[in-house]
Amino acid sequence: MELIKELQRRTPLGWLQLSHHTSRLFVALAGIAFADVLMFMQLGFQNALYDSNTTLNRAVLADIIFMSPQSRNMQSMSTFSRRRLFQAADVPGVKSATAMYIGLITWKNPQTRRKTTVQAIGVTPDEPVLDLPELNAQLDQIKLPNFFIFDRGARGEYQEVFRQIDAGQTVSTEIDKQTITISGTFKLGASFGADGTLISSNENFLRLLPQRQAGSISLGLINVEPGYDSQQVAAVLKLHLQNNQDVKVLTREEFIKFEENYWKAESPIGFIFTLGVAMGFIVGVIIVYQVLSTDVNAHLKEYATFKAMGYRNSYLLGVIFEEAIILALLGFIPGFIVSLGLYRLARNATNLPIYMTLARPVFVLLLTIVMCSISGIIATQRLQSADPADMF
Amino acid sequence: MVPVISIQNLDHYFGGGQLSKQVLFNINLTINAGEIVIMTGPSGSGKTTLLTLVGGLRSVQSGSLQVLGRELCGATSEELIQSRRSNGYIFQAHNLHGSLTALQNVRMGLEVQPKISSQQMLKQSQEILEAVGLGHRLHYYPDNLSGGQKQRVAIARALVSQPKIVLADEPTAALDKQSGRDVVDIMQKLAKEQSSTILLVTHDNRILDIADRVICMEDGHLLRDGVSTLTSG
Repeated sequence: MELIKELQRRTPLGWLQLSHHTSRLFVALAGIAFADVLMFMQLGFQNALYDSNTTLNRAVLADIIFMSPQSRNMQSMSTFSRRRLFQAADVPGVKSATAMYIGLITWKNPQTRRKTTVQAIGVTPDEPVLDLPELNAQLDQIKLPNFFIFDRGARGEYQEVFRQIDAGQTVSTEIDKQTITISGTFKLGASFGADGTLISSNENFLRLLPQRQAGSISLGLINVEPGYDSQQVAAVLKLHLQNNQDVKVLTREEFIKFEENYWKAESPIGFIFTLGVAMGFIVGVIIVYQVLSTDVNAHLKEYATFKAMGYRNSYLLGVIFEEAIILALLGFIPGFIVSLGLYRLARNATNLPIYMTLARPVFVLLLTIVMCSISGIIATQRLQSADPADMF
Repeated sequence: MVPVISIQNLDHYFGGGQLSKQVLFNINLTINAGEIVIMTGPSGSGKTTLLTLVGGLRSVQSGSLQVLGRELCGATSEELIQSRRSNGYIFQAHNLHGSLTALQNVRMGLEVQPKISSQQMLKQSQEILEAVGLGHRLHYYPDNLSGGQKQRVAIARALVSQPKIVLADEPTAALDKQSGRDVVDIMQKLAKEQSSTILLVTHDNRILDIADRVICMEDGHLLRDGVSTLTSG
């Protein structure tokens, strides 16, 4: 209460000083906004990356997933023996165990006829195993020989392809001297690992990649009987099957985390974007320090006069901090707004899910306040030299 | 007669070690309440240095300097800060804050004193600005005031808290004859009203008449009766 009363009777010297030199103020705000935009973009891309790379994992409709222990992420999958699926079916609580094949292929873009790499997935056409409504509506189609459906969210030039398919036609293209037919689309989205995805039945997959064996599968999808706890069944399966060390048993959450952790730890991407955020932060500190120290220098005589009048050093430090906080808050707003616009631009350009979250502006605002406070602390070192006696 | 400023055997040195130079030599001076004292002398005579010591802007190195009963030699920085708050200091360059209006500048003279409410501060600041003849310029920025007007704001700022001691360092140096005269007249009037003591350092011979006492300094020495101690017997 005392503090609030004290604050109310105080002349807002920091604000008055800042607002009196509008051009300097705008430079400072622009600098802070810029630093904030840098940080927002880095964080946005980083999150979009993690999110986009786990869309496929999150689309998997299984309670428990089997995977090779050597698999590193969805685009770099090793295989394991299909026999493990049959063994799993014996365990109480297991309702079904189906196989999924994943591989990377080089195909000719049906529109540009240029070669590019896409991800191919083979699933059972008998029941939905992925949470992709369009796929599940076309399960009959993928039973047909060499019929595939393609990701509408793929990165690259495919507008013609989609237009034709929307008009009811099919599109053909070549993969390794075989011809396939694209009869439909679904929506998944590109990731850093794969520009696009083709999905079909297990049979079509194996036909397409003859070097793959039917007995070696990429993922095993286990559904648990109603009434059984997935964690417990997973524990039992682990006991049963992990002796041979050729299969890994994961719950759905663990499966999603597995993919996240790969991109966080084993690729340089996490480091790169965190470094990007740090650089944006440092840019901000430097710009704000420049403004604050110029401001302190400009008012050194007045500050010395205040000291002669009996004001304490702590009062003057308070003025600097007042300026730092005002700059942080005012600079953050344009930074945030510009970032929203840039997010949309980036979304359209990269097809990555770059979105503003609720937590991120709070985080960046905190960083901005810390950034301005640090600049303020460094700038106050200059204040020590505002000695009234030196003016004579 | 109550001494408000009591100086005994005061010496002062600038620089340290090999470069140490003595600038004040054995100053002895007593100033009583309500007196108007002018200190004059050539440049470099040490009068401004003495003023800053009385004002608590510099630390007293040797000797005794008592202001309003407080010994400043050996005082802590907190004690110096408290001492400064009972003085009104007027600088040669007014040193008004460019981002504050005349009224806001004067208010700063009160804000440093605790326990004065916002309304009280506003009222007192307005009144004293009217008393110095700037009631119509309350919300002007220093950039839009003349030299004489700025110095009057500075006086208002120094005197608004009704300090017991007013210290002025060459207040008329940057002003023409008329403005200078006005400034000093205002200082004298307000000080008499508030029963303050004035210690004023100046070169300006035109304003010596307002003083009760004129003291001369030369080369760091206080002259007695206008005669240099360096040349006397």
